Amino acid sequence: MASAFMNMTTTTLAWVSSAFDAPLARAVVFGVLIDGHLVVEVLLVVVILFLLTRKSYKPPKKPLTEKEIDELCEEWVPEPLCPPITEEMQAEPPTLESAAGPHTVINGKEVVNFASANYLGLIGNEKIIGSCIGSLEKYGVGSCGPRGFYGTIDVHLDCETKIAKFLGTPDSILYSYGISTIFSVIPAFCKKGDIIVADEGVHWGVQNGLYLSRSSVVYFKHNDMTSLANTLEKLTRGNKRAEKVRRYIVIEAIYQNSGQIAPLDEIVRLKEKYHFRVILEESHSFGVLGNSGRGLAEHYGVPIEKIDIITAGMGNALATDGGFCTGSVRVVDHQRLSSSGYVFSASLPPYLASAAISAVDYLEENPNILTTLRSNIALLWEGLSNVPGLVIASHPLSPIIFLKLKKSTGSSKGDSQLLDTIAERVLEEDSVFIVTMKRSILDKCRLPLGIRIFVSAGHSESDLSNVSTSLKRVAASVLFELL
Amino acid sequence: MVRLPYTTAVTTLFSFGLLFAFGQLRDFSRKLIDWLKSTNAKSCSIAALEQGCYAPICLGLEDFYVRRFYLRVQDCFCRPIASSPDAWIDVVERYSNDNNKTMHRTSNTTKCLNLGSYNYLGFAAADEYCTPRVIESLKKYSPSTCSVRVDGGTTKLHVELEELVARFVGKPAAILFGMGYVTNSAIIPCLIGKGGLIISDSLNHNSIVNGARGSGAAVRVFQHNSPSHLEEVLREQIADGQPRTHRPWKKIIVIIEGIYSMEGELCNLPEIIAVCKKYKAYTYVDEAHSIGAIGKSGRGVCELLGVDPADVDIMMGTFTKSFGSCGGYIAASKEIIQHLKYACPAHIYATSMSPPAVQQVISAITVVLGEDGSNRGAQKLARIRENSNFFRSELQKMGFEVLGDNDSPVMPIMLYNPGKIPAFSRECLKENVAIVTVAFPATPLLLSRARICISASHTREDLIKGLEVISKVGDLVGIKYFPVEPPKQAQNSLKKRE
Repeated sequence: MASAFMNMTTTTLAWVSSAFDAPLARAVVFGVLIDGHLVVEVLLVVVILFLLTRKSYKPPKKPLTEKEIDELCEEWVPEPLCPPITEEMQAEPPTLESAAGPHTVINGKEVVNFASANYLGLIGNEKIIGSCIGSLEKYGVGSCGPRGFYGTIDVHLDCETKIAKFLGTPDSILYSYGISTIFSVIPAFCKKGDIIVADEGVHWGVQNGLYLSRSSVVYFKHNDMTSLANTLEKLTRGNKRAEKVRRYIVIEAIYQNSGQIAPLDEIVRLKEKYHFRVILEESHSFGVLGNSGRGLAEHYGVPIEKIDIITAGMGNALATDGGFCTGSVRVVDHQRLSSSGYVFSASLPPYLASAAISAVDYLEENPNILTTLRSNIALLWEGLSNVPGLVIASHPLSPIIFLKLKKSTGSSKGDSQLLDTIAERVLEEDSVFIVTMKRSILDKCRLPLGIRIFVSAGHSESDLSNVSTSLKRVAASVLFELL
Repeated sequence: MVRLPYTTAVTTLFSFGLLFAFGQLRDFSRKLIDWLKSTNAKSCSIAALEQGCYAPICLGLEDFYVRRFYLRVQDCFCRPIASSPDAWIDVVERYSNDNNKTMHRTSNTTKCLNLGSYNYLGFAAADEYCTPRVIESLKKYSPSTCSVRVDGGTTKLHVELEELVARFVGKPAAILFGMGYVTNSAIIPCLIGKGGLIISDSLNHNSIVNGARGSGAAVRVFQHNSPSHLEEVLREQIADGQPRTHRPWKKIIVIIEGIYSMEGELCNLPEIIAVCKKYKAYTYVDEAHSIGAIGKSGRGVCELLGVDPADVDIMMGTFTKSFGSCGGYIAASKEIIQHLKYACPAHIYATSMSPPAVQQVISAITVVLGEDGSNRGAQKLARIRENSNFFRSELQKMGFEVLGDNDSPVMPIMLYNPGKIPAFSRECLKENVAIVTVAFPATPLLLSRARICISASHTREDLIKGLEVISKVGDLVGIKYFPVEPPKQAQNSLKKRE
């Protein structure tokens, strides 16, 4: 058996080797001599190519059958659209029955109003109301169209020129709502890949704009210039890429979450050192700061050309609605086609634009209301400086006086409940209307909550002393366990 | 449905290609001139050095479209007017000294027929019922409350309007906002967040797109107005789950509009609601253009198509179009509105709606409902329906390609070619008709159009004049893509109608 096997193998081997050496294994193809082993090698290559072209084995993909998809759809249970309603969510704000001026009527009672950002006291001003009535009779209420499609009315263009002339910039652009101004301006200029350095205390409108712009955002500590300098240094040192992209610093002039004022001269110095552009949100400082109300730049004596983009909502000092943005010609022109809140939205109602024009006129003719406002703020500061349990946390020149708890209860919910109780009792017992800060669940700001008092040039001295005495009394009784 | 003829597509692409080539040539020569100038100047000024350290606000190609296409035809857009946006407007004349780069106003105006403003029920001009009440409320409440709704910005008018809107639309409760755009952008993030899915129609408005992006949820698009494709997308998404983890979606919201403003079409509401109910998705209908303008009593697309408002989860609308004011609203169940009042940033941080504007809406809705003691509301609704149907059928008879459904007051006329856009607009203005033309990027590149919005304040003579002018200019410009109906037949049908 073994020998037969051996015989077979030797004969096979002999046959194979002779096949290699046999003269017949040589062929002449087209005049080229081909050796026998070449045939084998060619066959090998052919086999390899054949195997490569075959698809590799994959376990067969079994897509879901219709029946399985039906079952999954049946089983899926969505969450409800809104979370269950709790007690605190049902609180309703008080309803005003007259204009929101320094004195207003709530529930039939006349109260002193410290809840409206009516800094120059222009609510109820006869001239402004007269110009609005003229505008209403001529143009109706709404403008019925976006700016590109016959929604541009001549009062809009007049208002834009007026604001630009007042501030000393080449041009300005009007938006139809205060909060939409900043969250349309930021995405128009900042795109993916740009670098933005923003203060951590900016309000929700700015945060939304930063989110929609898809740029990389770095926050620095609230109103802290060393933190800003460190962040700028870290971002630009040795970073070649940073030089080719656009870089912005986003700040507010008067922060509505804390009442602090941004030190513009420091920021301009840093911006020039590191080559960043500044976007300044002046909603609460336009018409308030500066000798003639021209805002933060006038207050610090910084020439207005150094600030690249200024935006402001007109719903505060100017007692109207809407917003504007101003800057160089390039900045303003670019927004007319690429700012979504301007292009895709109906324009500002014309009577509000005429109200803005009259308000700026009034401010130019009567700069002494600013002195009245400043003295009111100083008076109130003194009056509120020793309220038991509360401490003033805002800047002495800010028209928003921000009172926070000296000792927090430990949770922001507990804090806001205490503050709400104080505000309610002040309204009921002393007819003074003050409000606490409310924060949306979508807001990323983590600064402490407090009571905000909006001072107006229309408040009299007795109003201011009323609020101080009332707060002292109520705070003492409500917070007496904490003291 | 748009039927683009083959030859038109080729010529349109060719025109755009030519414009693009010229634009690039001009950009190149500008770069060349700048380079020559800079090599000539021996010393660079400090300002130029400074500027060089800042990246330009607009990089080269970002505003190519603006510089090389839009600026050439800038006089067709943003035309200022000097009167209320009623049926006849005073368009301010403008001139340009530097080839349309900057426009300057003159003090001359021309009276033109207004076929472009969103004034569906004619409330844009001073109205005999609304205007006295608005002026009264202005004297009482001032133009603004200077305060947010949750602080001191809620007046009796706001509360009254919220109840009235809820009653008008047919839902239990409503909430107001001062601007329609902000309504969408700020509400959608409150309703859905990360882990949720938004399925929106492919032709939705920019405010919905922004709101969807701002919410952090995943977004999928379904083919315009196609319930079958919506069903496909829903089945696929529910079966697959979230993108990488395959966890089930937390919730799904489907967002559609009542009337699509660039197409003039109504949405396919009954079928889409049926699909959403079957797959347990929530529905959000944006009725910006349809509230007040369609339906027997003006209640919008639900009334017209016979859908019960309780089947739609969230109804959104604006007051700018049919009610001649500004602002927006959301109407839904009491719990959802309560949640929005507590959580929505636009309610907590934005100035409340101006009181005279609120009064205007209250008065306008009162007129529409007939509660002011007259039947002007019903007359207006009947007039706008008649006007839209008449205008659309006449345009179609003349051979224009008109989009949109019957009863919809928005009708786009297709232009296609970029050269026809300024031609149509300028020729119509010469004949004292004010027309709105829309091109890329508001519409797809090849499908530019002129959009007409009919109002209840247009009389039959106004419409006939408009038709004559459009027909004349259409012949001149060459946009009658369909065969004209023979004139004898057309005259007969006109006679029959009268």
